[in-house]
This record gives sequence, structure tokens and C-alpha cells, in this order.
Amino acid sequence: MSKTIFELSVPGRKGITLPPRDPDIPLNEIIPQELLREKPARIPELSEIDVMRHFIPLSQKNHCIEKGLYPLGSCTMKYNPKLHESLVRYPSFQNLHPLQPESTLQGTLQILYELQNDLAEISGLDKVSLQPAAGAQGEFTGIRIIFAYHRAKGNTHKNKIIIPDSAHGTNPASCALVGYEVVELKSDSRGRCDLAHLKSIVNENTAGFMLTNPNTLGLFEDQIEEIASIIHSVDGLMYLDGANLNALMGLVKPGEIGFDLMHFNLHKTFATPHGGGGPGSGPVGVIAKLAPFLPVPLIGKNEDGYFFDYSHKQSSIGKVHTFYGNVAVMLRAYFYIITLGAEGLRQVAENAIINANYLMALIKDYYHIQYPDHCMHEFVADSTWQKKEYGVSTLDIAKRLLDKGFHAPTVYFPLIVPEAMMIEPTETESKDSLDAFASAMIEIAQECKENPELLHSAPLTTPVRRVDDVRAVKMLDTSFPLED
Amino acid sequence: MLSCKWAAKNFRIDINYNTKKVRYNILLIANGEIMSYIPNTDAERNQMLEKIGVHSFEELIQVIPRKFRLQELLNLSPPLSELELTQLVNALASKNIDTQKFISFLGAGVYDHFIPAAVDTIVSRPEFYTAYTPYQAEVSQGTLQYIYEYQTLICELTGMGISNASMYDGATAVAEAILMAVRKNHLKKAIISSAIHPEFIKVIQSYTEGIGLELVFCDIKYGRTDIANLADKMDENVSSVVIQTPNFLGNIEAMNELEKVVHSNPKTLFIASVDPVSLGILKPPSSYHADIVTGEGQALGNNMYMGGPLFGFFATHKDMARLMPGRIVGATVDVEGNRAYTLTLQAREQHIRREKATSNICSNESLCTLAATVYLSLLGKDGLIEVATQSAQKAHFLANEIASIPGFSLCYPETPFFKEFAIHCPVSAQKVIQDMLNKHIFAGVDLKSYGYDENTLLIAVTEKRTRAELENYATALREMNYE
Ligand SMILES: Cc1ncc(COP(=O)(O)O)c(C=O)c1O
Repeated sequence: MSKTIFELSVPGRKGITLPPRDPDIPLNEIIPQELLREKPARIPELSEIDVMRHFIPLSQKNHCIEKGLYPLGSCTMKYNPKLHESLVRYPSFQNLHPLQPESTLQGTLQILYELQNDLAEISGLDKVSLQPAAGAQGEFTGIRIIFAYHRAKGNTHKNKIIIPDSAHGTNPASCALVGYEVVELKSDSRGRCDLAHLKSIVNENTAGFMLTNPNTLGLFEDQIEEIASIIHSVDGLMYLDGANLNALMGLVKPGEIGFDLMHFNLHKTFATPHGGGGPGSGPVGVIAKLAPFLPVPLIGKNEDGYFFDYSHKQSSIGKVHTFYGNVAVMLRAYFYIITLGAEGLRQVAENAIINANYLMALIKDYYHIQYPDHCMHEFVADSTWQKKEYGVSTLDIAKRLLDKGFHAPTVYFPLIVPEAMMIEPTETESKDSLDAFASAMIEIAQECKENPELLHSAPLTTPVRRVDDVRAVKMLDTSFPLED
Repeated sequence: MLSCKWAAKNFRIDINYNTKKVRYNILLIANGEIMSYIPNTDAERNQMLEKIGVHSFEELIQVIPRKFRLQELLNLSPPLSELELTQLVNALASKNIDTQKFISFLGAGVYDHFIPAAVDTIVSRPEFYTAYTPYQAEVSQGTLQYIYEYQTLICELTGMGISNASMYDGATAVAEAILMAVRKNHLKKAIISSAIHPEFIKVIQSYTEGIGLELVFCDIKYGRTDIANLADKMDENVSSVVIQTPNFLGNIEAMNELEKVVHSNPKTLFIASVDPVSLGILKPPSSYHADIVTGEGQALGNNMYMGGPLFGFFATHKDMARLMPGRIVGATVDVEGNRAYTLTLQAREQHIRREKATSNICSNESLCTLAATVYLSLLGKDGLIEVATQSAQKAHFLANEIASIPGFSLCYPETPFFKEFAIHCPVSAQKVIQDMLNKHIFAGVDLKSYGYDENTLLIAVTEKRTRAELENYATALREMNYE
């Protein structure tokens, strides 16, 4: 157990020095006394080495990609190239203010301009905005574009968006934020959209359809052409949640299979780090007729160079983020795309798919797989056998995996598979690494039989043992009680 | 062969860069290996396909209708080796002029404060930056504890009872605060001070249109929210009032007086958007009874990067915890009774509540909050006061110097400000900016594009500026002899 930074504080210690005050004007001569703080904020006082010895051991309590497989389904926890980390730290990228004259921003603007174009090419869509800060904000932006499109056409009756029951929680939440009612579409026995059900719920009020493809079961929605034609027949728009684009890059262009708009997750598909939960970046791509609605500004190019393009500001949905979005994340994604090129990106998709299918083949005799077709870049196994026979749950299995040096899969999602374990190895895992993970899963299946108690008490070897989530809610403690 | 086809397409070659060399290297690379970070060899891939029970990769994607499968490679520039990437990026980076080369007086929400080196050492730990949202608490205690410490620091700075783990930026934080106020009081009108950041207003409009919220804007007087105008606009339907302090113009709002007007309706929530650095010396929002406190956190140890990543902080009263957006970390114990941390109050969130969630946010800006936590830990109690004090002192010194130049004046000479102030120039701000650029100075933000008079320039000063730089600035302006 580590002390908090507050418990390490020693009055008078410092981890920073500043030059002497010059000019040194008494504060109360420049700011009225009644606006000034009476008591200093109790920020902990430490030397630099104290700070390092606090945070470095803390970091060591984390699992991370460099420690071992991180098969968090839907999150694409691929390796983050080290060169990109060092390039992005160039002072001439870090120390740019967003409101500098465009003439002084030409290098970064060129990168963003080319990234817009590259994402358009990868997706088969016409125009891309880089502004949204994450996947969910990309969804929100896209759904607002759908709203703006219908409003411009006078389609005021359109108030519903259809979303499959396998969808990620952000999809319905984003629709609700825009003001749409969500209509849930059932999945069929093959784990795809139930077309008969779709036909029964589509009507004049349908504003759009939000689909993840491959879906969250890791399966390609092979009826996509028919789905798109049903939606388009009522002037609905087809939105792709691009969280799973890793499976499609260079193999299929979303814009060519019926999608009108989508978001990308640069922190998944394009190898930018996940940062312990962000910053990410969620650019949105659209077909030409939706381009007038994209957020402002886009990055444009003319004979003088690159510039912030506000030319469509009358029709635009406006802004979703201050300035231009998470630029440092975009830089890394650009480095990734231009390093790999077309051939490399295709190899990524192919290897992601091979790795997932290989892993599924290794464990399929030990864990139930509700939809056992060949998968794309991920698959969903479950613990219903273990639960029924030995009373061991997916949570237990997830915790036991931690003991064996792996991160757990995404668990209990998608909601349509009981005891789900959604496994996405990504292309950056080697065969050895997949073999080791499969062995661990198989060992665990054996332990379920022989020693279910062991699983209930897992994890045993992690920095802390199983954490009491219920108590965290009941005895809510979200900040350290500071003393004077 | 492919490489020839690609090279002919001639992408990125428009950069001012040794084109021939790039093309030459491209040929070498395309014939060689691609740095795709894929470890498996052909031999291993074949073993894997065999285990899967297929003869080729194509068999795995049979479900994709054939006509949808791309027959050609994407139209992208050819792959690069790491060395070539470095060369290319060097060339691109050299086209930027950054704030180490030209002296910056730019602010408007993003600030050039000093960042101690230890901040980057810590945020560069792969254990922190390659992990994701701490879903498995037992192997994420590092992330969870720094978020808990971050939340504590935000509570301490703002005086509020509970902080979340972060929002995308200051703009979305205040927009989500407005939505939270509606969840609390079910009223359908928000009053926004016209003195808040104009980009925040744009984002607020995006986020509130869906729920049909009526937005009413309160006038500015002497560079601050006009209290009488606010009083006129208050009624029993006002869900929240949003005030930024220091506001977009750098001025410190009269929060005590504003609060009395806001809470004249006991149901109305008082939302403040604050500069966290200012809280080193200015009264905490709890002192003026703010109900939700948000702000842009970039100034706390994060590089500017042309405006992103940023992060928003969000704090409120503890009894409104269940209405909050975003992730929250709580302290608890493990089965052995040891202190441990975990994501908590998840029943508010999209993965459980779906369309009824308090927000759609999933990934937030975690690593930026780590930078903020490390930054504040290094600064300590006195360091934050020092950064805030020196920024204010230097800003006021420069303001005085400029006010003494013929033709220049402060826009709001009677109004208190912190580290940023607006001046009226004898010529357009755009001309001043261009002339000063020739002297290697980023003079400030032209407020014309934000709807202000074209002669208005917004100038920000941080502790990083030296007295000599401030004097230089004033001298340069004086020597323009605009009058
Ligand atoms: C399928 C899917 N959609 C959307 C999202 C949301 O993305 P973000 O976390 O970047 O907001 C996720 C993230 O896990 C996802 O898996």
C-alpha cells in the first residue's frame, strides 16, 4: 500500500525553483484584497526525489502493454511505437499556441491536413474533421451532423436512431445527448442484425442507424448492403462506430459499403497510447453531402499554404471542443500511417484477424463461444460452462488472469452474451504471446474444475487483492481528507 | 513493382524537402520490410493458419461480400523506415515557429507556463501511458491512485466536495455542468455570461441544443458580467448561471455579488469556470458558494501542442455526486482490508445506463491529469502561489507600460485582472500582431474574430516572461510610432 502524496508532504520542501520576483509588486496593490485567498491551498510539499519515489513505484502497480498481453476487447490495445513518442516531443510541436499566426504553424497544419486526407482515403469517405477528443465525442459529433442534415432538409419528424442491442454504451448515450430517441434492434441467431426486426422498426421517423462493423462480437455484418438500403430508403443515414476499424484497414472501405459517416479512434486503430484512459482522439469522416455540417475549422490548403478553414461556418454544427482537438494524438497517428503506408496498414488488419482467430482456435474447446464463426479482429467467449458446472464466474476468471500476468479481456460486454469475455489480441502480439495467454486460459479452465475456491479468491499476487467495489459506493471516499 | 506505382503517385512530395532522396529511399524500403510493429514471421503465420484450419487468410474473410473487398492498395504514400520518418518529421517540424523561438504573449485559455522536467519523466512511463481506463482495479492501482490524488487536489483548489476524473476540456466541462444542473432542478433555461470564452459558448450550444435548453446571454459592462443585467434576466425558470473568472478578457468577476443574484432563485445553480493557476492566490469558488466548478486544466503542467490535448476539471457538492458526468475514483479496501482504489458510482455511466447515463464520456484525459498531479506536487503550496503571483505581477507591469504608450490604453482600466488583459490599439490588432511578429514576438490574441472591436488585443503574461522581455515588448510597441 502506498501512502498518498499528501501524507508524504513535509512543510517547507520544494520540487521547483523560480527566478526571484522581478518586478515585485505587492499583490494587494494590483488585486483587491477581498479577492485574494486567505488561506493557501494545501498542496503537498515535496522535493523532486520525493515526487519521483512516489510516482515511479505507483506506476509499477499498473499492468501495461509493455508488461504483457492486454486483450481488452473493443479497445485495440496495440503496441505504441517509441519513435512516435520521441518525435511528438519535439519543442516545435509542443510549444505551439493554437492562436499563433497560421504562417508560424505550417508544419503541424500540414500534418493535420494530410491526416484528414489519409483518414478519408482509408475510410472511403470524402471529408474528415479531427476535432472530437475521443470516440464518444466523435459519435456525438456524427449524430449532431445527422440532426443538422435532417433539419436542413426539413425532416423535422425524424426523431429516432436505431442501435443494435450489441452496441457499446456510448452509442445510445451519444444519441440521447443530441436529443434522439433510441430504438434497440435485436441481434439474430448468427450474432448479426436481425433484418426482419429491422424492417419492422424502420419508418419515416428513422433519422439514422448506428452500427459497429465488425460488431462488438467481432463479426462482420454481412448483410450490410441490405441494411443500408433499408435505412437509405427512408432517408436515414448510416453511421459507423469505427472502434473496430483495425479489422478493416486496407481490406474494406466503410464509405463503399453503405456508410455515410463514421468516427475513428486514433487511440485504438492508429497506435496512439491510451494514456490510462485518454487523451484519445475521435475524428469524424463524412460523405460529400454531409461535409457542410462538419465542425469548424477544418484544415485547408491554398497557394499560400495551410490554414484554418472556416468557410462552411454558416452550415456547420459549430464546435465540440476548444480550438482544434487533441493535436498531439493526431501527430502520433500521422506518424503511424505514413510509416506503415498502404501495405503496412493492410498487414495490420490481416494480422489482427489471424491473431484473433488463432487465439479462438486455441481456447474454443475450453470455453463456450456463442457465435463460433470465424471472427474478425476479436471474438467473444464466455464462462457459462464454468458458471453452470463449477459456479465460477467471468469475474473470477478475469481476476485469475491477472495472477498469471495478463490483463483481463473486456468482461460482461456485449450485453447479449451472458458471462461475456471479449478478447482482442491485436496484431502486435506474437504467436508465443498468444500461446502463453491460451495456456493460461486453459489452466484456468482446469482450475475451475479442481479448485473453484482458488478462483473466487483470485487475484492472489497483484499489488492489492480483490477490491471491494460495493464499499466504494456505500462509503463514498473520493478525496483524501486533508489536515491543517 | 508496387513501389514504382506508388512513387509515381507523388504524395507528400510537395513538402519543401529533398524530393529525390525521398523517392530513392522509398524504392529501397518498399523492396525491404515495413515497420508495421508486427512480430510474427511468415512461418509463424502459416502455423497459425493451419491451427485455425484454413489454407489462406482469404478464407477467414469469406463473410465479407467479395465486391466489397478492396482489390487495390489504399492510395497512401509509400511506407517509411524509422530513419526516413525522422528525417521527414524533422523537415516538417522546422516549418513551425514555436514559443521558444518567438516570445509569446498568447493566452485565451491555453497558457505557456513553465513545466518542470520531472513531469515528462513520469508521464513518459509506459506503465502510465500505455495502460487504459483502470477497469481491472487490482492491476491499475497506479492509475487509480493518481486520479484519487488529482481529485483531492481539485477539491482543495476549488474548495468543493467532490471532483471527477476529468472531462475533455474546459468547454465540455462547463457544457456538461449545465446539463447536470438540468438533471438537478429540471429547469430549462441557462444564463451564460457573454464574458466567458467564445469557444466555450460554441461548445455549450452544441451540447445543449438536443435537450431544448434555452440559452440567455448576460451583457458585459466594464469587461465583466453586468450584475444589473443578470438580475433583470433572472427568473424562476433559470436552471443555472455560468460565469468564468478570470473571464475571457482576463478580468476577475465579482463572484460574491453575482452569487447573491444567482441564488435569489434557490433552485438555480451557480456554475463557475476558473483558471486553476489563479486559485493559487484568488479566493476558492467554495467561498462564493459556487455549486459546480469547472475549468480548463492545461495550464497545470501540460504542453500547449497547438491546443490539445486539453483537460477539463469538474467539481461539485458531494450530495450531487450521483448526478455528475464522467469517471470517479473512490478509495475502498481489498479483501484483506488493505487500502485500495477503484472506479466508483459507475451506475451513472454509459456502459451501464446507456441512453439514461449522465454523460456519454468514456475515455477522458487521464494522462493530462497525471501531468497536473505531478506538476502540483512539485510546485507545492508555495510554488503555486509563486507561479500565480509572478504571473499577476508581470502582467500588471506590462499593462502599465503599455498604458503609458501614446495611442494605447487598457480597455478596462478600473477592473481587476489576473494574468491577462485587453488593450485598445491605435491601429488594428492584426497590424500590431504582424508588426510584432517581425520582431519575433507573438503579441497577443486578436479579438476581432471573437466578435470584439478590431483594435482590441488580448495579452497574457505568465511567470516565464522575464522583465527584459516585458520591457522589450513595450519598447517595440512604442517604436512602432502608430500615433
Ligand atoms: C465499440 C466502441 N464504441 C465507442 C467507444 C468509445 O470510445 P472512447 O472511449 O474513445 O470515447 C468504445 C470504447 O471503448 C468502443 O469500444
